[in-house]
Amino acid sequence: MQSSFGASACIRSPGVVSGLLSMTTIALLSLSLAACAGTSPTTAAGRVTITLYNGQHLQTTEALVTAFEKASGIGVALRDNDEDVLDAEIVTEGSRSPADVVLTENSPALEYLQSKGLLAPVDPSTLAQTPGRYSSPQGDWVGVSARVSVLIYNPGQIDKRALPTHVLQLADPRYKGKLALAPGETDFQPVVTSVLRTYGKARALEWLDGIRVNAGSHVYPDDETVAEVVNRGIVAFGVVNQYYWYRMRAEIGASNMRSEIAYFAPRDPGYVLDVSGAGILKSSRHQAAAQKFLAFLVSKQGQEIIGHSISFEYPIASGVQSPPPETPFDELEPNPIDVGGLGTGARAVALLSEAQLL
Amino acid sequence: MTISPPRLGPRPSGPVPGDDDAIVAALRPRRPKVLLGVSLFVVAVLVLPLAFLLTEADGSGATKLWHLVWRSLTASLLWNTVRLTVVVTVLCAVIGTLAAYGVERTDLPARRVWAVLVVVPFAIPDFVVSFGWSSLSTWVQGFRGAVVVMTLAVYPLVYLPVSASLRGADPGQEEIALSLGASRLSTFVRITLGQARRAILGGCLLVALVILAEYGAFEILGYQTFTTEIFTEFTIGFDTSSACALSLVLVALSLVLLVGDGAWRGGGRVSRGGPGAQRQLVRRRLGRGKLPVTFAYALLVLAGLGVPVGSSIYWIFEGGAHALVGASLGSAALHTVGYSLAAALVATAMAVPVALLVVRHPGRLHLLLERTTFLVLAMPGLVVALAISYFSEHDLNGFGHQSAPLLVLAYSILFFPLALVCVRASVAQSPVGLEEVAGSLGVRRLGTLVRVTFPLIAPGLGAAFCLVFLSAVTELTATLILIPTGAETLATQFWAYQQNLSYGQAAPFALVIIAIAAVPSYVLERFFDRLPLRRAVTRAPKVVT
Repeated sequence: MQSSFGASACIRSPGVVSGLLSMTTIALLSLSLAACAGTSPTTAAGRVTITLYNGQHLQTTEALVTAFEKASGIGVALRDNDEDVLDAEIVTEGSRSPADVVLTENSPALEYLQSKGLLAPVDPSTLAQTPGRYSSPQGDWVGVSARVSVLIYNPGQIDKRALPTHVLQLADPRYKGKLALAPGETDFQPVVTSVLRTYGKARALEWLDGIRVNAGSHVYPDDETVAEVVNRGIVAFGVVNQYYWYRMRAEIGASNMRSEIAYFAPRDPGYVLDVSGAGILKSSRHQAAAQKFLAFLVSKQGQEIIGHSISFEYPIASGVQSPPPETPFDELEPNPIDVGGLGTGARAVALLSEAQLL
Repeated sequence: MTISPPRLGPRPSGPVPGDDDAIVAALRPRRPKVLLGVSLFVVAVLVLPLAFLLTEADGSGATKLWHLVWRSLTASLLWNTVRLTVVVTVLCAVIGTLAAYGVERTDLPARRVWAVLVVVPFAIPDFVVSFGWSSLSTWVQGFRGAVVVMTLAVYPLVYLPVSASLRGADPGQEEIALSLGASRLSTFVRITLGQARRAILGGCLLVALVILAEYGAFEILGYQTFTTEIFTEFTIGFDTSSACALSLVLVALSLVLLVGDGAWRGGGRVSRGGPGAQRQLVRRRLGRGKLPVTFAYALLVLAGLGVPVGSSIYWIFEGGAHALVGASLGSAALHTVGYSLAAALVATAMAVPVALLVVRHPGRLHLLLERTTFLVLAMPGLVVALAISYFSEHDLNGFGHQSAPLLVLAYSILFFPLALVCVRASVAQSPVGLEEVAGSLGVRRLGTLVRVTFPLIAPGLGAAFCLVFLSAVTELTATLILIPTGAETLATQFWAYQQNLSYGQAAPFALVIIAIAAVPSYVLERFFDRLPLRRAVTRAPKVVT
């Protein structure tokens, strides 16, 4: 029996072997294909291509890149990931980093790279397009867009008048089980930093302890999820940046919106303006092209793209205003803390960790 | 491992007095030096991430490590991780075994159709399943959601080996039990389950390891486990040491699983008296149960396959009115297929020497080598990717950084154990005698390998290729770190859009992933389908101990 089976297997072998061979060929071909497709950030046929590490929303960045490529003739290779991951990559890569430009969601990610001495100064003419308080005090990165922290709430679960107006009230025992939170989200750290600077470490820690108890199991990985669970009525309210709500509405349609946004009291430490910006790596071998890209980001054209994108962030440069339905930018009344005050966010992370939220 | 563990019979000892034995001993290479060397190299590549974990965690300092691991958050993460693993593993064992029993041993209508349909959910990425379910109902959230989604996504890991094992088992034993007066239930529990026990355990081990390392599904469902926390630590702290320290806890958990599995399967042996000529299996008549059982299968397929596909289609039509990015879809599909094919090839090639070593030359050291490779399954893709990118940066001066070959290597490491399972099963079935005959006829060892061994184990190579391919198609976390700049895969694009709440734009990517992964999962089902039949024919009678 064994031999008869073995014989039949061997007789069949040409078919099997050729099958394996063709599989091998396909795999090798596709590998070389994939390898070719992967090698792009070089100067090919006279066209300069810069590499952009993108921590911002993909669709908006893609729109910006397409318009820039068309206007400048410079190519842009896009690498997309969380801003923190990109930061970690750049630090690991050091002087060998293939990145030319880094575009982040929040200022701390850029402040961190600046503190490591990895960023090159931005052209003064580019910096001049954005109000000074929204860019690096050292001039190593430029502010591109902004947003504010707000409360998202489900009117079916909680009345607007019952919502906290002061950030410290988030820790109030009456909100137990009603609060949704994404402590690991980089958008939440600025709020923690702001509370820490206003009230000091002891009170901030006590506040975070209360928040942890109130959130209970409603701890989520990111603000998108917080917005979603509140909209569905799983949790009564949460702290997010305003644009998540607008984005969700654009995606699922106004008729499916079961949530609203509410602002903290004017200048409350929880009412924080977050700036998104861009910087150029010192190690970049395409400094001129990279500077052009930054200039484009804060130009009227670039800012219009941001203003009309589905990111729903506020354009902050070249005098471009965001279109309705968003609350006009100059009507916002955030806490005066600036990008320098928000720093690298390291103290906020340490505090969140101490409070067992991270 | 899940299919047919090698027989660890009496090991060939040193030369035995007697002419015949001496000749046999001379013919059979006692120390497979080349094989051992190659296998050691493969295993060394596989433990690379583990070495990275240890160095990184060590670098963070003992005090910091202690603080990080020994705190109340760890306790709650541990509780979350363990209870989910236990519940899902038990559910998968029950669903997978019952589904296999129905297909293999009863007169269920349209059995072959169900056999394929119940396997396909394995090809759907876990994050697509959770996206499908969580966008359907608020009920699917947190622990509840994680149980539902993970059970539906991974039960085929139990189904496949159990159905193979049931087909290979001797139905005569059941008949004898019944004739001796045992009830149907007791026969099922004591004989049928007894026969499939190893397969069930093997499947459960895979399920448990996969859950330990899962990330995407839990992220979407908002359920915190060790792996999601490892991601948070990594993405927030700007440094990798905390993430690595927490990963060590995962590795420890998987060690517990592997050792437990080894101890459990060690006791008692199940075997049949001899292959002989197997009588036609008499399928159990379902009778009046036919309708409800068919309904149960329909429900399972609807939940595992219908919901993710249905909700993806729903979101294409209902999602925000954005233009579909056809070019991006095509390029992402091309990259996905390219990387995955290459990874399938590399991982299968890596699995061959290790499988040959552990089956043809069983021994403690070889078995240990093989088992070590399973630790990789419990390591999050992120950690493996970090390890590889770290080595390319620090030890290779940036060589290969963000290149396709490095990504392929990561896939090959991540899915090596799956390839090994398939190749090993095939090697175990192929009669070593044929290789010896080839040797005695003067064919060189390499020639024997190509002309005799490969054709014999071809089905296993094919299955390994398919399993790795479909796993790589759905891989996300390592891809995000290692992908060449400018390239994109279906999984990364789906993720980027899903994360931005752009469900309408994410959905087409999910559908293409499912379409691409469905083909190999069908091939896979055919492989497991044919497995035991061959074993029954080619294996020598087994000694009952």
